[in-house]
Amino acid sequence: MDTNPYLEIFIDESKEHLQAINDHLLKLEQSPGDLKIVNEIFRSAHTLKGMSATMGYQDLSSLTHQMENVLDGVRNEQIIVDASMLDVVFDAVDDLEAMVMDIAGGGAGNRDVEQVVALLHAIESGDEPTGSPTTQDIHTKKQMEVDQFTLTVLEQSREQGLHNYNVEVRLREDCLLKAARVYMVFEVLEQLGEVVQSEPSVEQLENEEFGLTFSVLLVTGENEGEVKDRILKVSEIEEVHVNEFSAAPPAAQPSESIIQPEESPVETENTKADQESPEKKQVANKTIRINIDRLDMLMNLFEELVIDRARLEQISQDLKHGELQETVERMSRISGDLQSIILNMRMVPVEQVFNRFPRMVRQLSRDLDKQVDLTVVGAETELDRTVIDEIGDPLVHLIRNALDHGIESPEQRESKGKPPTGSLELKAYHSGNHVFIEITDDGGGINKEKVVSKAIANGVVTEEQAQGFNDQQIFELIMASGFSTADTISDVSGRGVGLDVVKNTIESLGGTITIDSELDKGSIFSIQLPLTLSIISVMLVEVQSEKYAIPLSSIIETAIVKKEDILHAHNKKVIDFRGKVVPLVFIKDVFDVPETLEEEEHYSVVIVRKGNKMAALVVNSFIGQQEVVLKSLGEYLSGVFAISGATILGDGQVALILDSNALIK
Amino acid sequence: MTQETKQQVKVLVFQLNDEEYTVPVENVGSIERMMPITRVPGAAEFVKGVINLRGVVTPVIDLRQRFDLEEMAATEQTRIITVSIEEIDVGLIVDGANDVLDLDEESIEPPPEVVGTIEAEYIEGVAKLDRRLLILLNMSKVLSKEDLESLKELEQ
Repeated sequence: MDTNPYLEIFIDESKEHLQAINDHLLKLEQSPGDLKIVNEIFRSAHTLKGMSATMGYQDLSSLTHQMENVLDGVRNEQIIVDASMLDVVFDAVDDLEAMVMDIAGGGAGNRDVEQVVALLHAIESGDEPTGSPTTQDIHTKKQMEVDQFTLTVLEQSREQGLHNYNVEVRLREDCLLKAARVYMVFEVLEQLGEVVQSEPSVEQLENEEFGLTFSVLLVTGENEGEVKDRILKVSEIEEVHVNEFSAAPPAAQPSESIIQPEESPVETENTKADQESPEKKQVANKTIRINIDRLDMLMNLFEELVIDRARLEQISQDLKHGELQETVERMSRISGDLQSIILNMRMVPVEQVFNRFPRMVRQLSRDLDKQVDLTVVGAETELDRTVIDEIGDPLVHLIRNALDHGIESPEQRESKGKPPTGSLELKAYHSGNHVFIEITDDGGGINKEKVVSKAIANGVVTEEQAQGFNDQQIFELIMASGFSTADTISDVSGRGVGLDVVKNTIESLGGTITIDSELDKGSIFSIQLPLTLSIISVMLVEVQSEKYAIPLSSIIETAIVKKEDILHAHNKKVIDFRGKVVPLVFIKDVFDVPETLEEEEHYSVVIVRKGNKMAALVVNSFIGQQEVVLKSLGEYLSGVFAISGATILGDGQVALILDSNALIK
Repeated sequence: MTQETKQQVKVLVFQLNDEEYTVPVENVGSIERMMPITRVPGAAEFVKGVINLRGVVTPVIDLRQRFDLEEMAATEQTRIITVSIEEIDVGLIVDGANDVLDLDEESIEPPPEVVGTIEAEYIEGVAKLDRRLLILLNMSKVLSKEDLESLKELEQ
């Protein structure tokens, strides 16, 4: 069976289910008695098992199966949920994740999971997890030897309310055509249900290579008596023993509709998986997955449409044809709606990134022997897909940092008069054209003196420079490269290469990061990100007869300056802007714009900033604010000075986007 | 027609200063009428700017300027040929483009010392077809890396 077309879906769904298991396990830890949560986990695990068996990933499916057994024990109140039990289950989930990642990376999903399987077994059979593989598989020691795959099939059919019987048939000693009898028995069995396995094998049976008895594994909706009676109807049968195969109690309600005699177990598995899908759909959202390239294509095409729309509007105005104007107006409105839908399609909730943190915090706080309470606020905040993909690693780093360096050990906290459990808050919210993500901890805060002395010692700043620094600037030092305040290097963070990478990543996304901290009270790392990387708000300006776009994010304000208000300092033209001396930058000169306009008495200036520095860009006129789609200039023109990209305006023309950062020295 | 022995190349023929040039058809994306071009400050002189090619911002090169021919205002015949060379898409401004031909590879000769006014380094070869003389351009030379480097120097 060629499963390749489903591989992507399988990987995506597996990840979702693993995430769901993770989430619910964390919840279970909070309220160990809640069987509803156990059921949720069980359902996810079960679906995962079914899917992986269908796709032929045996290791994945068997490990899930073991985990399921443990969960079943919990469900039936045979196993008590405690920290050590959860640890093992979490480990198992980790292994599952690693396997899924392996499959996603083109591997076969194989992994040595003996240890975890043994631990799961130990829990299942009621032992304390000892770490050594001791117990034997309860299923295999009882009856016929079955492989993991068959076991999975059986387990699954049991879930569906079918019976798994071990049927032992003994032929009469005077039986002449044993193979014929066997054939007849099989005929009967196939009517009843499905033969999963037989011993001896079917070939051996057909060749009469057996004594008088043979046994089969039957999956059926009928009850024991019925099976027995039907087999006994075949003549020359001495006796028939039918008993339940699985050790676990079967669910009742036989459902006959599902019984389909199948030859190959793989196909059987397939139909089973199909039957499961309605249940699966109830859990998941109604979504389809689209390649982001297609969305980009859609957006490109849509922009073309917008340009033609503008032309159409022009034509209809010129023609002054009532009906045409009405239709064009309607079309404009519809395409406006369409635009916002297309733009929104690229937005995904930040939850996608956040949902892996509770698990991470749990693990880290255990590793570090700290007690941490994580609260997540605003996980539904939406961000552009491209930003989401990039923001994960910096956040991981900041959280690790907060846990490692920020929050103190319980003893330390108590000696400072704080509750032993530290709190960590992860908060996302929209504000204007930006999304803010804040990581707040109530830990030790940043020790300014220590930071400064370290920075000086590491040559990040000189003593003289550090003298004039305000708090903000001092905090920013910890994000400089070659800096680490941790006295000992730990596994978790603190090799001094981290925070500057975080800062660079965020800045490359067009965002900023600020730190606020109070000693012994805690720190706030605040990240400001643009809503999207592909659509930005710009101020369109005219320089002579050329149009340029200046990103709104870097603009402080616009102003009109009289010529006589211009001051000279060191042969440079500057203005006094709200008490600050701001240098003038003539775009016309920087870009060698051909002069077409007379010099005016007033200058229109756009005041932009980069950090604490400012510049006043001199333009000829302001056109207005607009949302534009950011486009690259292409490889051939990459690296043009002070131009960060281009955009296509409503009239179909290209306008260049100014990189104001390059203009500020 | 005995085509088994003759290797043929399909080329697009365009005019520049009354001379005929060719580019392989497989490199050509499309032929566009003249359209508004946005100047890119700081780019090389022969880079006229960028155009909006169906939603994709594409740089445009003025071949006249590239070959040091005198400038000429665009006419009805002026075309922008978009070509894709080594993964880079660019538009070429030419005086006109209206012909696609099959050239026998045999008929292509190495460039003579002097052909027209264009320096030989941009020329890959010439082909004679009846009375026409077709010049085969070496497109990667036309866009050459040295020019890219000179672009980068401009930045500094």
